Amino acid sequence: MPVMSYREALRAAMREELRRDEKVVLMGEEVAQFNGAYKVTEGLLKEFGPKRVVDTPISEAGFIGLGIGASMLGIRPVMELMFWSFSYVALDQIVNNAGNIRYMSGGLINCPIVIRGPANGGTNVGATHSHTPEAVLASHPGIKVVCPATPYDAKGLMKAAIRDNDPVYVMENTILYNDKGEVPEDDYVVPLGVADVKRAGDDLTIVAHGRAVITSLKAAEILESEHGVSVEVVDLRSIRPLDEETVLASVRKTHRVLLVEENKPFCGVDAQIAYLIQSRAFDELDAPIHRVSSVDAPQIYCKRLEDQQIPNPARVVAEALKVLA
Amino acid sequence: MAEIIDMPKLSDTMSVGTLVKWNVKEGQEVAFGDILGEVETDKATMELSCTVPGTVLKIYVAAGTQLPVGAPILAVGKKGEKVPEPDAPAPKEAPKVTAPPIPETTGIACVPPAPAGGSAPVRTASDGSRAKVSPYARRMAEKAALNAASLAGTGPGGRVVARDVAAAAVLPAAPSGPVNVTVPPPSDGKGVQPDGDLAVGGMRQTIARRLLESKVTVPHFYLEVDVDAAPLMAMRESINRRLAEAEGKDALKLSVNDFILKASAEALRQVPAVNCSWAGTSIRQHGAVHLSFGVALDDGLVTPVIRDAHAKSLREIATDAKALISKARSKKLTPAEMSGSTFTVTNLGMFGVSGFFGIINVPNAAILSVGATLKKPVVDAHDRIVVGQRMTLGLSGDHRVIDGATAAQFLQALKKSLEEPTAMLI
Repeated sequence: MPVMSYREALRAAMREELRRDEKVVLMGEEVAQFNGAYKVTEGLLKEFGPKRVVDTPISEAGFIGLGIGASMLGIRPVMELMFWSFSYVALDQIVNNAGNIRYMSGGLINCPIVIRGPANGGTNVGATHSHTPEAVLASHPGIKVVCPATPYDAKGLMKAAIRDNDPVYVMENTILYNDKGEVPEDDYVVPLGVADVKRAGDDLTIVAHGRAVITSLKAAEILESEHGVSVEVVDLRSIRPLDEETVLASVRKTHRVLLVEENKPFCGVDAQIAYLIQSRAFDELDAPIHRVSSVDAPQIYCKRLEDQQIPNPARVVAEALKVLA
Repeated sequence: MAEIIDMPKLSDTMSVGTLVKWNVKEGQEVAFGDILGEVETDKATMELSCTVPGTVLKIYVAAGTQLPVGAPILAVGKKGEKVPEPDAPAPKEAPKVTAPPIPETTGIACVPPAPAGGSAPVRTASDGSRAKVSPYARRMAEKAALNAASLAGTGPGGRVVARDVAAAAVLPAAPSGPVNVTVPPPSDGKGVQPDGDLAVGGMRQTIARRLLESKVTVPHFYLEVDVDAAPLMAMRESINRRLAEAEGKDALKLSVNDFILKASAEALRQVPAVNCSWAGTSIRQHGAVHLSFGVALDDGLVTPVIRDAHAKSLREIATDAKALISKARSKKLTPAEMSGSTFTVTNLGMFGVSGFFGIINVPNAAILSVGATLKKPVVDAHDRIVVGQRMTLGLSGDHRVIDGATAAQFLQALKKSLEEPTAMLI
């Protein structure tokens, strides 16, 4: 099976969908001539031309609105945000327009738009460029949100997102762009709303999404080798729709839970997961649920402090040992 | 501020409780966790632990009183504080309260004084402290019939967690879902009975659950002894004849089982180590011998209990047994009459079964299985083969509580008592 980077996997997904369906178009700041701010769309202008791969002005509210309008007329736009942090200037379009049009039209109008781009801290770009808005966006009915952690999931989820008839927001991670992994050449999709057990274990369940999955897998190695603890890592992959059963099945297996995410803790995704577990698997719990999130402060600019602000394997191991006490 | 402590609800089916015994007096200082007294529920006798530290200001009910859940039983507060008036007045003396109907699930309830898992008192003290048990550990303990609150917790802050329960009980693999019991129908089209499923009532469910639990969680071991039953048979015949002459047609007639019950109570007095229960992390000794015995019914089995058998004469035991058997057959046994046993006797002698081993009636440490008295060729004191009467007794023991030697001593005492039965009369 070919090995490719997370960035290449995303590009492969878009290339395959551009080839498969002529209604698929890419739009965003510098996606075409500059090959994308992070080179995710590299080479696609050359292959598909300026009608399918379109550079937009620096106006998120404008070009996201453009994409939403196009999607209502049958186009399947894949919009790049240079950072998901910039979505905030287009929130009316992203939430009010895209998220509600199917409901408000009585099901007559679909909005098959994909908005993608990096949503992560950890790159020393400061408080306004480091947001992780998956919890904010997923809190709106009508919106789907996915956070791939591996090249395989990046390609499969991106293809599923493009084929879905509702707005799907794909949160990528600049730190993962160079991560490599096996990615099949076939036309596969990772269905929305299906979590994945990335590592099987018996003593502790770690639920994570996005890069926190990678951090948790590293922590699981340490817990196994240094503490003899068998850890199961469940990757949510989709924040909404949420695969509740895979999470609950793991809880029923291990009876102890640690939730890890790169969001800030307040109203984070894991606040919802903790609620889910206690409401549907209370009698399975042998210890209180613990969380590791980013430290609850605006994203710290100092690199050394930011490295501690975001969950890292050491913090995950320390908290896991508390759950296992 | 004084607090009134009410009769707690100690099991799902409990509607009334009997305050069996008080361990404290008015004016006495009590600390959190002190055992205030004992409460008998429909299923068990349980210790009432103190959840409010202070001085006992007032005991509202006398020992022996049966009263509904929620009724005030005592008040605890600061020394000298005014005794609070309970909203609902407590009964003045042991009233005749109609016994609740036998809950379906207590068909053979001989549930122990302590093991009652999740039904441990859950009242929270005003300082918020109580036995901490994780939800999963609590559920495990219920399955294993352990009192999770009595285990030593190794989790944070002394919380009882799954590993503590696992250490205290070997859990049976829970059988789940219906078992595949497909067999071909009779080829002659008739067979001995129609094919099909029979609905299972509460008593059968309880038997299935409790005996499975016993057989898979209690390490059974088995001893067998032959008893020369000739002297016992002769004495029984003589006593019954004399009773009939003296008391006429309503005379008490002693059964073989009555003698065995009496002899068992005597043997337990001599070897009290058998009159104990496994309590998870300790062995609980029982002062009284409460003897239960199996009564077969058309649709199952119940095990009523003769209270304080150690202090009863042969006639009292026989009278109690007959009354309980009659109540069992008319389904009038109360839960209290089926709970709190310390030893069980089961007898299949009347069916001609020569010998067998019963499954231990948890939390008893042993069960005695009595076979038929059969004529057999035996070697007498002069080495001659003669016709003798022999009865085979089987004992199944809980190896967590007693060892082979202890069980053997018990059987030795029992054999002696049965072979020289006149001592039973004093």
